[in-house]
Amino acid sequence: MDHPAIPPAIQVEDLRKCFGPVMAVDGISFTVASGSVTAMLGGNGAGKTTTISMLLGLLLPTSGTVRVLGEDMVAHRYRVLPRVNFSSPYVELPLRLTVAENLTVYGHLYGIADVKGRIRALAEELELTAYLDRPSGRLSAGQKTRLGLAKALLNQPELLLLDEPTASLDPDTADWVRGYFESYRRRTGATILLASHNMQEVERMCDQVLMMKAGKVVDQGAPAELIGRYGRATMEEVFLDIARDRRRADKEAAQ
Amino acid sequence: MTPSLRRVGAMVLRHLYILRGSWPRVLEMAYWPAVNMVVWGFTSQFFMQHSAWVAQAAGVLIGAVILWDVMFRGNLGVSLSFMEEMWSRNLGHLSVSPLRPHELVAAMLTMSFVRTMIGVVPAAVLAIPLYGFSIFELGLPLVAFWANLMITGWAIGLGVSALVLRFGLGAESLAWVMVFAVAPLACIYYPVSALPDWLQTVAWALPPAYVFEGMRSLMFGDGFDLSLLTGAVALNALYILGTAALFLHTHHVARERGLLLTQGE
Repeated sequence: MDHPAIPPAIQVEDLRKCFGPVMAVDGISFTVASGSVTAMLGGNGAGKTTTISMLLGLLLPTSGTVRVLGEDMVAHRYRVLPRVNFSSPYVELPLRLTVAENLTVYGHLYGIADVKGRIRALAEELELTAYLDRPSGRLSAGQKTRLGLAKALLNQPELLLLDEPTASLDPDTADWVRGYFESYRRRTGATILLASHNMQEVERMCDQVLMMKAGKVVDQGAPAELIGRYGRATMEEVFLDIARDRRRADKEAAQ
Repeated sequence: MTPSLRRVGAMVLRHLYILRGSWPRVLEMAYWPAVNMVVWGFTSQFFMQHSAWVAQAAGVLIGAVILWDVMFRGNLGVSLSFMEEMWSRNLGHLSVSPLRPHELVAAMLTMSFVRTMIGVVPAAVLAIPLYGFSIFELGLPLVAFWANLMITGWAIGLGVSALVLRFGLGAESLAWVMVFAVAPLACIYYPVSALPDWLQTVAWALPPAYVFEGMRSLMFGDGFDLSLLTGAVALNALYILGTAALFLHTHHVARERGLLLTQGE
């Protein structure tokens, strides 16, 4: 029996974002397969955060289209948002609210049926039970990351967008977080898109990599495929090749 | 350790840089003395000419203070609820949740009602044993005064929230600046007729002037003036719809400019 083709979780076509004269994202097109883990790589200012913001509908594109889980994010953002979630160490949750209070607020915002039960289950899974009554501002970096993760998983998202999910974590906690994402994907079949500067993380977790530079997607493929294409041993070396090429181009342009 | 003028200068420079880039902060410094001077100038001028006026209605000033606080707290209830999200850098998470901007507005107005009740009711109750004045004796008209002033406070609070969203937390002092800008023209402690003619026209364009005139009319035994209430309601409808539209439009602009994730000082 033929199965209908599964539509991509993310479909971006000719996407552009200008801030005045600055072209932050310059006509990018890509798709992210449903159930895959995709990394968005690039130096600072490459356009990763701008792209993720447009995928979430936080930022309106100057032109182009963004379809997430089959819906146009500009026209029908609120049909998609209950099925998506986001985590970033740079966007905090209210520090004076306890872990349980923060999760309760977001549980209601996402319309979770049994908020208390869901919080209890997530707290156990993410080893947060002992901290439920602690103000979020008094958590360590690792505990804060787990809280952000708990908030991002409250609605059991079909698509999870992660901005540098292991930034500022010690290697042990970072490894635990990566393991958790892998197990979440296996259990639920969710799609994960992450922006990261950690190349080992990308090699370990990702099926696909989008290499961004100066607002464009300059290359893409599986980590092993990219490593082979550039004749390098690791993704870090591939990343440096692209970044240094940029510096050389900058120098030539300046001359 | 020798104090270093250079280090002191560096810190002064740090604050001057902030002032240079934030017009609301500069405005605020000159603003309070000016507003205080205007409000108390008109009040003293009026009392000098009508010394027996206050004696005619015990508690007219206390009543005015309590009702003014309804408007003040109504404004702060909206703007502080919004700024809490910016101070805690929570706006990004909220904006990617299913929460719609108009639902955020509804939540801010609800919180304003709660904050106002917590703030003003104890003060109104305290006035009874302290001064033998109960504002609750105004009866049903009190509900109309209270509701109208709170809605004016909401309108100012939504306007301030829109400006803070657009210009960042550097504009947060506008929460206090804007409501006190209305104070001299709200005619809280003196009748509208105490203002110069040209300012009376401006005062009648603001709902609080109708409310405080209505309160005085009732307290001086002239009865409840329905035309004043109608004026306040009509103007409030205009202002609240206008500022709600401004807030929603600014939210849209924030999505165009990427302001929802990059808020700070």
